[in-house]
Amino acid sequence: MARIILDRLKERFGADVLETSSQHGDDVAVVTPARWREAAEFVRTDPRCACDYFVDLSAIDCCDNGDPEARFEVYVIAYSVARKHRVRLKVRLPEDNPEVDTLIPVWVGANWMERECFDMFGVRFKGHPDLRRILLYEEFKGHPLRKDYPAQQAQPLVAYREGTYDKLRPFLADEGMPLDRTFKAAQDPD
Amino acid sequence: MADVELETRVVGGGDAGFVTTKFEALLAWARKYSLFQYPFATACCGMEFFAAASPRYDIARFGAEAPRFSPRQADVLWVVGTISQRQAPVLKRIYDQMTEPKWVIAFGTCASCGGFYDNYATVPGIDKILPVDVMIPGCPPRPEAVLDGLMLLQQKIGDGDRTTAVVKNTQLPDGAEEKLERLYNIRMRP
Ligand code: SF4
Repeated sequence: MARIILDRLKERFGADVLETSSQHGDDVAVVTPARWREAAEFVRTDPRCACDYFVDLSAIDCCDNGDPEARFEVYVIAYSVARKHRVRLKVRLPEDNPEVDTLIPVWVGANWMERECFDMFGVRFKGHPDLRRILLYEEFKGHPLRKDYPAQQAQPLVAYREGTYDKLRPFLADEGMPLDRTFKAAQDPD
Repeated sequence: MADVELETRVVGGGDAGFVTTKFEALLAWARKYSLFQYPFATACCGMEFFAAASPRYDIARFGAEAPRFSPRQADVLWVVGTISQRQAPVLKRIYDQMTEPKWVIAFGTCASCGGFYDNYATVPGIDKILPVDVMIPGCPPRPEAVLDGLMLLQQKIGDGDRTTAVVKNTQLPDGAEEKLERLYNIRMRP
């Protein structure tokens, strides 16, 4: 449907459009990091594309693709309200220094999404005015949506109390009947 | 009333009789019917709390009518919903601001044990950061279970019991317990 955008991009950026694909009405173009901002600018301002509505920006950790030079895939989805078509631009970033230009000058709504992307994946956006964590707290170490972050490793802000249950076992102890509960001295949860 | 009566004697007769009771028993009896609540509602369970507090279920008949949005005036802290690690210091602070005597009810599975959020973001049960008196499992619990939890708390206050108690499902259909015991190899009956 929005092949026109892909054609326009290829026409304009030539070999800097690394690959394109269309599937189920989704049109994807992968561009080089150097021309990321420029491609977004083009998609927004070109009268044939006119993608004025910023939908989403996030990243994918492709750590199992075996290519440390393309571990992170940052994508942005843009939609044209007038032309009713949508495109997804992607850029592949290396493992050791994932950094790419910010899209705030193109769509101002990219601000918080880039902060979230930084928070969750550690991708940095060059030129972002306020690149801080947005969902997690400053004390948090690491980036939890990277696949090498242990999913259950919490970093509590309040120290856990001693002697708490690991998990609740509501059916084992015969306590908790609202009626006929007799007094019990403090007892071991086990 | 019943537990006060156990300790209570009517002395003398005629017009000028008087009553003796234990001071603690009287105090506990008074406390358990005047619970001012602080609802700390963070997630979907909040809706169910509103339902439980609505006229249909009429939580006021347990003397737990007035929600107080100042922790200084509250006796019971209802923790209603998922507590994220980032929110934990806020919850702890609210708890610390409440005046003694104070009780805590964990409303819903998330507040009791983290529920299905077994990850970096969620506190796996508020008993990790606060002492909890009553846990009400359910996702979300039905208002009946909430009322059971409140009655359980009243009973515990009357008994002076500070161990954690869990509201149990009191209405399994006939034969369900045997079936569950066989299925999950657990013991549910005494
Ligand atoms: S227990 Fe269920 S309903 Fe309650 S906060 Fe958690 S997910 Fe929501």
